[in-house]
Amino acid sequence: MKYKSQKVAYWFFALSMLLLVLQIIYGFVMGFARIGFDNLHEFIPFNTARAVHTNLLVVWLLSGFMGAAYYIIPEEAQRELVNVKLAYVQLISLALVGVAAVVGFHFNMWEGRKFLEIPRPLDYLVVVNVLLFLGLILTTLFKGKRQTTTALVLSMGLLFAALLYLPGMLPFDSQVTDSFFRWWVVHLWVEGVWELIMGGILSFLLIKLTGVDREVIEKWLYVIVGLTFLSGVLGTGHHYYYIGVNKIWLIVGGIFSALEPLAFLAMALFAVNMYRKGEKKHPNKLALYWTLGAAIVSFVGAGLLGFAHTLPQTNLYTHGTLVTGMHAHLAFWGAYGMIVLAIISYSLPNMTGRKLYDSARGRMAFWLANVGMVGMTVAFGVAGVAQVYLERKFKMDFMLVQKEIAIHFVVLVLCASIFATGIILYIIDFYKHGKPSDEALKINE
Amino acid sequence: MLSKKQARAFFLGGTLVTFLIFIGLTIFSFTKENDQTNHENLSAEAIRGKEIWETNNCMGCHTLLGEGAYYAPELTKVIDRLDIRYDGNGKEVIKSILMSPAPWQPNGRKMVAYGMTEQEASDVVAFFEWIGKIDLNGFDRVISPLAKEKMNK
Repeated sequence: MKYKSQKVAYWFFALSMLLLVLQIIYGFVMGFARIGFDNLHEFIPFNTARAVHTNLLVVWLLSGFMGAAYYIIPEEAQRELVNVKLAYVQLISLALVGVAAVVGFHFNMWEGRKFLEIPRPLDYLVVVNVLLFLGLILTTLFKGKRQTTTALVLSMGLLFAALLYLPGMLPFDSQVTDSFFRWWVVHLWVEGVWELIMGGILSFLLIKLTGVDREVIEKWLYVIVGLTFLSGVLGTGHHYYYIGVNKIWLIVGGIFSALEPLAFLAMALFAVNMYRKGEKKHPNKLALYWTLGAAIVSFVGAGLLGFAHTLPQTNLYTHGTLVTGMHAHLAFWGAYGMIVLAIISYSLPNMTGRKLYDSARGRMAFWLANVGMVGMTVAFGVAGVAQVYLERKFKMDFMLVQKEIAIHFVVLVLCASIFATGIILYIIDFYKHGKPSDEALKINE
Repeated sequence: MLSKKQARAFFLGGTLVTFLIFIGLTIFSFTKENDQTNHENLSAEAIRGKEIWETNNCMGCHTLLGEGAYYAPELTKVIDRLDIRYDGNGKEVIKSILMSPAPWQPNGRKMVAYGMTEQEASDVVAFFEWIGKIDLNGFDRVISPLAKEKMNK
């Protein structure tokens, strides 16, 4: 840590961890309901649990991205954040909007549009909150001594993420048009601008952890985010195959979705090569685990599993089944969950002054969380493929198929327990670092 | 060897070109001759049905056009499917489920009891009727093999 104002990141990370725990709890509610134990139905019906689970995912990741920006931008721009008090106002308002949305979901207050369930009045508050955040970040960046590529790519990702929220607020009478533009938000976030954010954080971490020349890392950063947009924008077409729009999307979406793994492959190769090339061996091994892990797992989850699911001929049968859940879990975990945990692992010792760089607990957290998530992905995959064959090939009734595949959710819950144990250990490690302190400024990175 | 400037040009140029193509294809999809969204048959009842669908977050359990939560059945061709199972009374069955004050529990999996009025239930049915007539590039046949068999008779 080089600037006092970077400490604000700690509280965004703490909020992020709290929301992650809540997200996991609601995931368990859904897992048990699928096995047949839906005893909480009166208070938390499945659609409530699902809305909470997916929206908390978005909010904990956003809180993590914001924390990352508050940590990275001052250091890259070489100056203090322009206004620390407003950053805390932004943190508190983000937490309040998140809590209001989650509580509202339990009282049938939502928009009911997948991933964008937050009620309209709260949408406006989200916009105000994000504008405040962007104002603070961009002013700091442009008042700073330098505007690095890493900082620009990260800020560009955050700015576009905010702009792309707007198409999701357009009202449409037709379900088809509604869905079409909803994907402008959801797809162009997760398979577009969020990858800029991920790329920016990854680049910052690789510069710090490997010691490879900034110019080299940032050049490849441009290539990777270039590949992301080149494939990802038209790759939106894979959501349009079977929702009631023109067949042209089968061709365009099919071709460009098949190219999407390239960006993730490039990212994985980039991270591993920079690590090999680096002469500096940073003592923070845990941060390195999470950084390289994010690059590799995102290639498998988002790249390979995404490719398997988005070929039009396959998607005709897998669209609207649990196969989507398989891809989504490993993709979000690898690409975004792990990169947030990577920047936390890197920055926490710098903000608190406690160098818990390579604890057994930290390594255990990494492996348990990853093994658990891979197990969950396999369970979703087996359940999904069984569903496809039984329901869509052998024409069995939906609920009869659900009974047949319930056993895979027992496995899912067991693997989720391993995952949750890893996350709990990570949070214990987070807590053991203590609070951020100005004393930490003296630490020489 | 690629320079940083060339890498930046690749990123900015590639993004601009693909985004312009994307906008072009979006306009193409919604022009009158290429539109297959069944927009022209959208009634006031179906629009109200869509609002009810959203305000109750039905997509949080069911799927529609293959989008949703995979916890409860796909509803895109639900009227056709239930017509076959209940001797042409599909719409009435849907309405009775929506109007029921007690939770519907097919095979033990519970649905929230919405206790809708007759009008609300009819609006949701009108919405399903409209959805069921959209050309889904073949997906409609995959999710409703029963409806396809009926069509072939």
